[in-house]
Amino acid sequence: MDRFFYLTFDGLSRGAVYAAFALALVLIWRAARIVNFAQGAMAVAAVYVAYSVTGATGSYWLGFAAALVFGLLLGIAVEKAVMRFVDHSSPLNGVVVALGLVLITQGVLGMVYGNEYRPVTTPFRRDAFDVGGIALLSRYDVFVFAAVGAVVVALTLLFTRTAAGLRMRAAAFAPDVSRLLGVPVGGMLTLGWALAAAVGSLAGMLVVPTELGLHPTAMDVVFVSAFTAAVVGGLDSPIGAVTGGLIVGLLLSYVSGYLGATVAPMAVLLLLVVVLLGRPGGLFSSSKARLA
Amino acid sequence: MAVNPDEPYRKQSGLLEVEDLTAGYGAAPVLHDVRFTVRPGQIVAVLGANGAGKTTLLRALSGLVEADHGRIVFDGEDLRDVKVEQMVRRGIAHVPEGRGVVTELTVDENLRLGGLWRRDRADAARALDEVYDLFPALAQRRASAGHQLSGGERQMLALGRALIGRPRLLLLDEPSLGLAPRITAQILALLRELRDRTGLAVLLVEQNVRSALSVADEGIVLSLGRVVTRNSAADLRDDADLRHAYLGF
Repeated sequence: MDRFFYLTFDGLSRGAVYAAFALALVLIWRAARIVNFAQGAMAVAAVYVAYSVTGATGSYWLGFAAALVFGLLLGIAVEKAVMRFVDHSSPLNGVVVALGLVLITQGVLGMVYGNEYRPVTTPFRRDAFDVGGIALLSRYDVFVFAAVGAVVVALTLLFTRTAAGLRMRAAAFAPDVSRLLGVPVGGMLTLGWALAAAVGSLAGMLVVPTELGLHPTAMDVVFVSAFTAAVVGGLDSPIGAVTGGLIVGLLLSYVSGYLGATVAPMAVLLLLVVVLLGRPGGLFSSSKARLA
Repeated sequence: MAVNPDEPYRKQSGLLEVEDLTAGYGAAPVLHDVRFTVRPGQIVAVLGANGAGKTTLLRALSGLVEADHGRIVFDGEDLRDVKVEQMVRRGIAHVPEGRGVVTELTVDENLRLGGLWRRDRADAARALDEVYDLFPALAQRRASAGHQLSGGERQMLALGRALIGRPRLLLLDEPSLGLAPRITAQILALLRELRDRTGLAVLLVEQNVRSALSVADEGIVLSLGRVVTRNSAADLRDDADLRHAYLGF
């Protein structure tokens, strides 16, 4: 039973990161109807910036802040300089451009930083402390939950309580109508990319230290899990992204813990297939057609 | 008295002056040298068969379709270089065909969206209250999502949302589409009331010609993207040849 509790908390901690990353994918999908396959590479670039800033200043938190700001600016740059010019007549166009961005970003990072794995520090210890005699979660896990929880709350407040959030939602669902109502749809799209890239950077900062280390392709496997989480929850649903992230995290943890780590990727793919067959729009998809 | 559309355009003092407007999608223009005027407080019906270019005309006026040439002058300002999202700030509200309700947002969110651009927040709040007074059915469904509304409620919502911006010109596309005659009559009566009370000018695209002419002051008839006649609504109703040739009744 101790093992079950440990795996549960471990899965929730991992799942929180996948949730944040899936949230980033959902933000862009809702705004631009593009699955941003470059999200992982963009997040790694932000983590490299944090690595450099922390290395130069000795402060993890300065590096952390730099990663988020860099992610925000990178999102703006990618939208304004690249994605805005993609012909959206075919959904494949955006995918191909995003994959091109992955190759360019990883190539540039490899040239600047090299292709070896680099250790990344964490601000808190990662050894689990006991709760009632059971090793459950570490201080770092608590930090992960707090960071992802703060992002979820902040985004919820943004979308439900602010004028900017209302504009963003309207622009995503009905761009022409929104323009007629005075909403700067292009600006909202840029804001969506910026927020998504910042959230993706946060996810990168949280997950890279728990994996093999920093490498230009460090987020590739994470991307697969997060993409699965987003699809499982429903690409249109922020709540679905969070739920999907937690489901994928728990699944990976249980399968790795009870059946072995080599089986885990297959379990994720199996989950994806089952959801796509049973509910293609994802668990939280709306059953109605989009009319506007 | 009917106006011959082939006569050289005589500029009239209007709120909206459209001069030789040619517009369409890609290389194929839908509208050809369209010209007409809408005066303050006037309701002008745009009539014509399917494919005549009525919806394209409204979309060109609000900037959703780019004009190939010609001029659109609103209150003395040439709108050619004005962005779509700036039109509402000029006093032009466009309720598109299909009503344009953002179905994922609630009634209240849709209405607030109509006033977000306004700097006078207090007046935007007053306008919101006025819309709820005007359409009590919406007030009862503030928290309902757009997709949960009936066709009539969606039309009220789209119209109410346009009114939040206190427009001077309303571009209204097919308000009767899919609605019961009783609801259509209520909405058209409301247009007259708004015109009388606020001086709102309306450019009304409507398939239901009888309904449109019952509320309009003037009508323009489009055929294959060209204005074939402009006249008072009463004269258009009485012109049997025109009705048979272009309006189908």
